[in-house]
Amino acid sequence: MSSHSMLEITGLHVEFGGLHALNNLDFTVEEGEIVAVIGPNGAGKTTFFNVVSGMMKPTEGQLFFEGRSLLGLDPNKITARGIARTFQNVRLFNNMTVLENVMVSQHCRTRQRMLDALLQTRRFRTEEALVRDRGKEVLGFFGTRLTGYRFDQPASVLSYANRRRLEIARAMATSPKLILLDEPVAGMNPVESAELTQLIGKLRDEMGYTIVLIEHDMSVVRDISDRVVVLDHGEAIARGTYAEVSANPQVIEAYLGQTTDGN
Amino acid sequence: MQLTTKQRTRVDWFLTVLRVIAFLVIGAGFLAFVAQAINSDNPFARWANPDAINLTGEQLQGLVVTGLAQGAMYGLIALGYSMVYGVLGFINFAHGEVFMVGAMTGAITSSKLAEAGYWESSFVLCLLLVVVLSMVVCTVTAVIMERVAYRPLRGKPRLIPLITSIGVSFFLQNCVLVLLGSTVKSYPDLPNWLTDKRTFLEIQGSKILVLVVAALAMAGLWYLVEKTKTGKAMRAVAEDAEIASLMGIDVNRIIVKTFAVGGAMAGVAGILWGLLFRSVVHTTGFLPGIKAFSSAVVGGIGNLGGSMAGGLTIGVAESLGPLMILEPLGVSGPSQLRDAVAFAVLIIVLLVRPSGIFGERLPSEERT
Amino acid sequence: MTETGYFPATQGATEAPAPRRRLLDQDWPKLLRAGAILAVGQVFIALSGMPVTFDRRLLIDPILSLGYLSLLWLPLVVSYWVGREQVLEGMTAYAKGGRDVLAGAMTALLGNAGLALLVVGITHFDIRDPLVNWSPQLLGILEFEESVWLGALIWPAIGAGTGALGGGLHWASSRISRTTVIVLLSVFGAAVLESVITDLTQGFHIEAVSEWLYGPKRGLTYPAAIVVAVAVVGVMTGLAAYRASPARDERAARGEGAATSGGSDTTRPAWRRMPTRRLVNLVLTVAAIVVLPLFLGRLTNELLANVGLFILLALGLNIIVGLAGILDLGYVAFFAVGGYSVAVLTSPGSPRFDPEIPWFGALFVAMLLAGLAGLFIGAPVIRMRGDYLAIVTLGFGEIIRVLLLSDWLSGTFNGAQGITNIPGVEVFGLATVRGFEPRSVLYLVLVFCAIAVYVSWRLENSRIGRAWMAIREDESVAEAMGVDTVSAKLMAFVTGAVLGSFSGAILSAKVGSVFPHSFAIIVSIVILVVVIFGGMGNIPGVIAGAVVLIGILGGPNQPGLLQEFAEYKILIYGALLVWMMIQRSEGLIPSVRRARELHIDEMNQDAWLRAQAAADDAHNGGGNRGGGRP
Repeated sequence: MSSHSMLEITGLHVEFGGLHALNNLDFTVEEGEIVAVIGPNGAGKTTFFNVVSGMMKPTEGQLFFEGRSLLGLDPNKITARGIARTFQNVRLFNNMTVLENVMVSQHCRTRQRMLDALLQTRRFRTEEALVRDRGKEVLGFFGTRLTGYRFDQPASVLSYANRRRLEIARAMATSPKLILLDEPVAGMNPVESAELTQLIGKLRDEMGYTIVLIEHDMSVVRDISDRVVVLDHGEAIARGTYAEVSANPQVIEAYLGQTTDGN
Repeated sequence: MQLTTKQRTRVDWFLTVLRVIAFLVIGAGFLAFVAQAINSDNPFARWANPDAINLTGEQLQGLVVTGLAQGAMYGLIALGYSMVYGVLGFINFAHGEVFMVGAMTGAITSSKLAEAGYWESSFVLCLLLVVVLSMVVCTVTAVIMERVAYRPLRGKPRLIPLITSIGVSFFLQNCVLVLLGSTVKSYPDLPNWLTDKRTFLEIQGSKILVLVVAALAMAGLWYLVEKTKTGKAMRAVAEDAEIASLMGIDVNRIIVKTFAVGGAMAGVAGILWGLLFRSVVHTTGFLPGIKAFSSAVVGGIGNLGGSMAGGLTIGVAESLGPLMILEPLGVSGPSQLRDAVAFAVLIIVLLVRPSGIFGERLPSEERT
Repeated sequence: MTETGYFPATQGATEAPAPRRRLLDQDWPKLLRAGAILAVGQVFIALSGMPVTFDRRLLIDPILSLGYLSLLWLPLVVSYWVGREQVLEGMTAYAKGGRDVLAGAMTALLGNAGLALLVVGITHFDIRDPLVNWSPQLLGILEFEESVWLGALIWPAIGAGTGALGGGLHWASSRISRTTVIVLLSVFGAAVLESVITDLTQGFHIEAVSEWLYGPKRGLTYPAAIVVAVAVVGVMTGLAAYRASPARDERAARGEGAATSGGSDTTRPAWRRMPTRRLVNLVLTVAAIVVLPLFLGRLTNELLANVGLFILLALGLNIIVGLAGILDLGYVAFFAVGGYSVAVLTSPGSPRFDPEIPWFGALFVAMLLAGLAGLFIGAPVIRMRGDYLAIVTLGFGEIIRVLLLSDWLSGTFNGAQGITNIPGVEVFGLATVRGFEPRSVLYLVLVFCAIAVYVSWRLENSRIGRAWMAIREDESVAEAMGVDTVSAKLMAFVTGAVLGSFSGAILSAKVGSVFPHSFAIIVSIVILVVVIFGGMGNIPGVIAGAVVLIGILGGPNQPGLLQEFAEYKILIYGALLVWMMIQRSEGLIPSVRRARELHIDEMNQDAWLRAQAAADDAHNGGGNRGGGRP
């Protein structure tokens, strides 16, 4: 419809305490893509997510989502525009139930007011049922792992892998167009990791989300990403398909020059 | 630059309005004060408050010195808040009660000394003894407090030790109430050579004494924190407790020492209270405690020099504010509002500069 | 259908015979330390004046007064604590036995030796100057009005006895020790509740019961104490037998199964979603609450009205602290706004606003003003970090009190003299609620409590309630998940403020006067203790907290059942707050709610698995049976 890319970032600088976390970063994401952001530790990957999701303010640069600037918006407004994220160190609402976790993230898609809840209006009841059904639907995306009796369990009792899945479900429940996944398979075993990789593919193919993910596991990156962007010291040092990037000598140096187990 | 165009919400507008109102009130009050001081018959002065009393220069000077003396006391208490905040990252609400315990100790020992007749005859020695005793008692109180109430809570979210410290505060206050009764304990009269007005600046000697003692305590603390090994360890723990422990620093010991030093400072401040106000009850600690906390925040919590500066700011503000801002605007009985002024300073400072005037040193968890 | 099938290996872990220890194989340092702590504690209690002040209050007629009880409970607790040992996983616990009894006895003996020293000390030295309770009265109580030597010797002996009991609780089977504790608590409860029970029996015209239970000098007669103890043991045995019967499991499972299936259908109104059994229970409880005050006398009604006021306050603060996780220490400000708006508007004695308006009109204004106050206090602090916010709200609370007290605004609020002559509440010409008719006040309070419970309950399960909980759990994540945290937090402030103003408005009408000192910071703190004690974010918990604490100890300006506690109230509230925070370490998280959730969870899981099996599902849910649960 429009000529805009879905996410368009130009000249992004983030600086704290004299440290350049991100330096003159340009980044575009087209609708329906899966883009992987890789790079050694401390390259500024999570900072990049923090800026896009509004949790951190850039020092300089432009961010456009579907042609509209994201600058100066609070994180909740950015989520309302259609960008959702997960966190590297899983941050669920631990004392809320699994279902409540996915219900609360539909906050910006619902309209009921306090008075509706107090008077139990029809609007309240239908919307509440919708929110609940949508929550169950999103949880159902992960098979039976988060359904049934799990609906009413506190999130804190879930296993690690299920907590990661619930984080993705919670992001999905915000009805986003773009999902930012911060190391979705970190800490999972190979079987779980392979399964989740497939699921991420399904997220795009079946649900139609555009996805940007940070990942250290190169097999995941190889399997699902359309494009790869390599960050090092806050700068994009390479872009392209996985094959192109993995052959890039600068990338190899960035990894091997710093870590020995950089895969 | 587009970055500055933060989209403002209604709350932001409201806050801006509040800031503007605060400045307008302060500005108008001060202007009215100046106008009234120049000529109480000019129309602006009369419009603001037709029956304003004009402060003489001497009174003004007296107010400033009183403010500074009280501010120095707040500053000493604030150091305790600041140090604990720096090391453990929580507000030890009960610190004000430690100060009260110090003032109580001072009242009891000094009146015993006065009964025995030593207070008059060798005042300086007695004062020294009282200060040291008060420091010891406060140190012990603070250390026990840490051991019993706060150590089990290490690593919990910040609000939990804060709530605990509120409990500790009311517990301590009422311990003193039930053990020592609710009667006012008074300090014996100071020797004449102190309470006489000095020719030098017409300042009461007791206030000079307060400032001197505060300066000595501050110097001692500065030496401890900046020049000794313990101080270095304290700063390391404040920077990052985990890494400090990896470097072979016994973090628990340092925390205990921090509480001890904070307690000792509160002990000194307790005696200063005694010298300034001459009487103590079990509720004495509450307001100075909160004002000292405000000082720590105003000066940027975690920053020791800032705490002292914050204390002086709050002290002078609450001493001058009612008569220089409120009275000229026609508020009757302005000195009743001293406490409200102190809190208002805190709120205004946080509205304008959330990290305090001198910036804030955040504990490590906050920095990431 | 047995539940144990899903959870094997929880039993049988302790089957190997536990090793025994010899009598003198003690942990001496721990014992000495506990003894020293106990000694300090006992001497502190003695010097705090509790034994003297409480001596007037008899609990069991000739034997035990509250004063002596204040010196007996600590040895029991400490000696029990000494016997507690942490068992590391994979290690076998030592068998409990005579050694633990001895440990308890020795600890408490050491501790009470402190009292013996105190007895000797009081007779030889006079330091009554700083220590006000270093007095002959205390000495009299400590030496049982006999001789110094009796006092000095009997206390260690008493210590040894109570200590042996405390240590022995470990030795006895868990059922016996639990029964012992419950019996002791219920005898204590029966003695404490004396005035309420007397009141009740008078209401039902069975005064004979209370006359038999309580002696002429107050306090249970000791035959009555024995009967109460026996009755409690009987009830507990009966309950245990009922619990063991298989029929109960069936019923519970069915009931909870209905709860899950009913809970999912949100299109029906909330009250229609409840399973019938709970609905019946609810209706019965409400009926009892409505009818009961008719049979209660002045005293109890007055007490319950006070409790109700604090339930209202606590429910309001619960929304701010418990649900949204904002530590508001200046909550008393909203209480004051409610109280003073009603006072100014309705009292002919108020200096301003001469045309007096009826209470309900004033209540409406009070709600509006409290809502505004919530916005005004909330907006500047909403972006501050939690701990700054706490202190700044405290400052706001104090500013409001200072302003009420000031000469500057005395034209409206009348300064320290306060506003008196506040008329009662005219309920649409049907009835009048006045302070000297506690029953009418109680009904008014109950109506507002019902409103507050309903509001809290409905909001908790709505969009805004979920947003509050998310903010409590992790504010920045909540923000990233699309919750407008600023407005959600402001809503919490406003809702809490309005609920708090109800309480203030009723207080004005009830007492007939308001003074600035009724709204001191300590009120905020007591409400906070109530909320934390009851379990944050948990409506029944908060109500229970208010009933227990305010009912027994009383509010900051209101007496409770134990009126003797007046000057020790705040001491106990402070200690309780510390203890709660250390013991229930996750205080900001509603522990009760969570425990219940976990429990219901297991039930749900079973019900769900059963349903799966019954439906002959193709997957059979087998994958979920073994995994998941630890």
